[in-house]
Amino acid sequence: MTSLIDRRMGIFLAGLFILTVAVPVGNLGLEDRLVPSYVVSLLGKYLCYALLAVALDLVWGYCGILSLGHGAFFALGGYAMGMHLMREIGDRGVYANPDLPDFMVFLNYDALPWYWLGFDMFWFACIMVLLAPGILAFVFGWFAFRSRVTGVYLSIITQAMTYALMLAFFRNEMGFGGNNGLTDFKDVLGFDLQSDATRAGLFVLSALALAAGLLIAKAITNSKLGKVLIAVRDAESRTRFIGYRVEHYKLFVFTVSAMMAGVAGALYTPQVGIINPGEFSPANSIEIVIWVALGGRGTLVGAALGAILVAAAQTLLTGWFPELWIFALGALFIFVTIFMPQGVLGVIEGTFRRRPPTRDLTAAREARP
Amino acid sequence: MSIQLALDGVTRSFDGFKAINNLSLTVEKGELRAVIGPNGAGKTTMMDIITGKTRPDSGEVLWNQTVDLTRIDEAGSARLGIGRKFQKPTVFETQTVEDNIALALKDDRSVWATLFHRRSTEDTARITDLLELVKLTDHRTDMAGDLSHGQKQWLEIGMLLAQDPELLLVDEPAAGMTDAETMRTAELLRGIAGKHTVVVVEHDMDFVRALNCRVTVLHQGHVLAEGSLDHVSANDEVIEVYLGR
Repeated sequence: MTSLIDRRMGIFLAGLFILTVAVPVGNLGLEDRLVPSYVVSLLGKYLCYALLAVALDLVWGYCGILSLGHGAFFALGGYAMGMHLMREIGDRGVYANPDLPDFMVFLNYDALPWYWLGFDMFWFACIMVLLAPGILAFVFGWFAFRSRVTGVYLSIITQAMTYALMLAFFRNEMGFGGNNGLTDFKDVLGFDLQSDATRAGLFVLSALALAAGLLIAKAITNSKLGKVLIAVRDAESRTRFIGYRVEHYKLFVFTVSAMMAGVAGALYTPQVGIINPGEFSPANSIEIVIWVALGGRGTLVGAALGAILVAAAQTLLTGWFPELWIFALGALFIFVTIFMPQGVLGVIEGTFRRRPPTRDLTAAREARP
Repeated sequence: MSIQLALDGVTRSFDGFKAINNLSLTVEKGELRAVIGPNGAGKTTMMDIITGKTRPDSGEVLWNQTVDLTRIDEAGSARLGIGRKFQKPTVFETQTVEDNIALALKDDRSVWATLFHRRSTEDTARITDLLELVKLTDHRTDMAGDLSHGQKQWLEIGMLLAQDPELLLVDEPAAGMTDAETMRTAELLRGIAGKHTVVVVEHDMDFVRALNCRVTVLHQGHVLAEGSLDHVSANDEVIEVYLGR
């Protein structure tokens, strides 16, 4: 039994803790701001991505389920929170309608659609952040895993799922703001979303969510269930013949992962100030896979690291050469797949340690989708 | 003695080719049985049907004279007490030898039970015993993927025994083993028969002779002959389709 916080996890959590303290202090605590406010939200966004990457690594790295639709769960969590933020605007919208969000007034809605009911309550929205992606993953997984859809075929249908959702959310008739999505948020639980203190608070919450997500994922992968997941990844039919109902295990981990992605989305929405159907786009989901592969598949910490590194590189590069980013991302992925099969984490750990890399990194090298 | 497994009039075709053709076969409880036959005789399909991987087109497969095996899946058959060893050794390569056995240990297989599972001292003791039995004690903390081919075969047999199944279906256990290992495997299987029912599919005649048990000869999906090895070896048909070639 390995411990919950091994060396790798310990170093990462320590780093995360320092960041969590230093960033808000640098932003709020000093006279001349060492950390500009926009950087706080930017870093908060990175942490949401990191949590999303951890969620994907849990299913892909440990159970071999290459989901190319995890962006959908992230977006659903984001929409659930966005719906609450829309309701919180109240009569401060452009049309000053106390019940209907601006886009509904604009589209001549008479009343709130039934699925918007309850979202004025924060606790209800929080439950939905978990339930909406969770139920989708459960139903989707139930059919897919029971029919023994695996490998490339599963990847393709997850991709189709997020694409279908994107098209649906683009439609005005869906009642989620169509192609503009949900935006113009004012405050959450009475805290002004534009204020530095709220932004710092959201940043800290994102860091806590990431730490919690990492520890939950670690606890799952450390348990006997985690060993079953790895068994499924490496020899699915062997696992069945030993008596494990493989579809139940996949369903469990897929649902947990989707809920984790939903939480990441919920924290993302208030920090970037908008959630729109673009979040469902297939390219977004593929990018998550790149984060995980780049950081080090099957390591959890590596996935988080990969997400932060790529997102930071994206911020910098799009600042310098906007049109080059997409090529840089592609090149990066190819480079990492060929020259760094164990990801950035594998390289770092290889440098600092004489003994051979740990086995789950080797597993990542023998990666089978 | 009561009947452990009974196949009656089982037929299964793939694209018109009858892999199993009106196959009837009974295995007694505690029996050691060898199934031989040329390539394509339907040995693997027969195992697939017994373990619920493949459903027959027609016919009956009864477990302990009561349970209909054609209605269950692989995990269900394992839970009933049917253990299967594949032709190509399949172990969990990126996990330790110890964990491989631990995963196979007879226990509650539900998601919640495994999530909150704690390994008991009895479990550990049982793992130790099993590793001793399959001579892998020195490799306990090694990765299963680093074992030799023969050792993987043994590990898989160990995993099979860890499940404590009533019936062991063993597909070509001696493949890739040295002569000494082959004989030791035969000895091991003879040793566990009686307490468990064992059905061995094998090509290696020396191994079958070493098993010293009743032999069923399959050909084109049905039973061609049954009896002691000497008895079936003397059968003209058997000589023609199999041994004589």
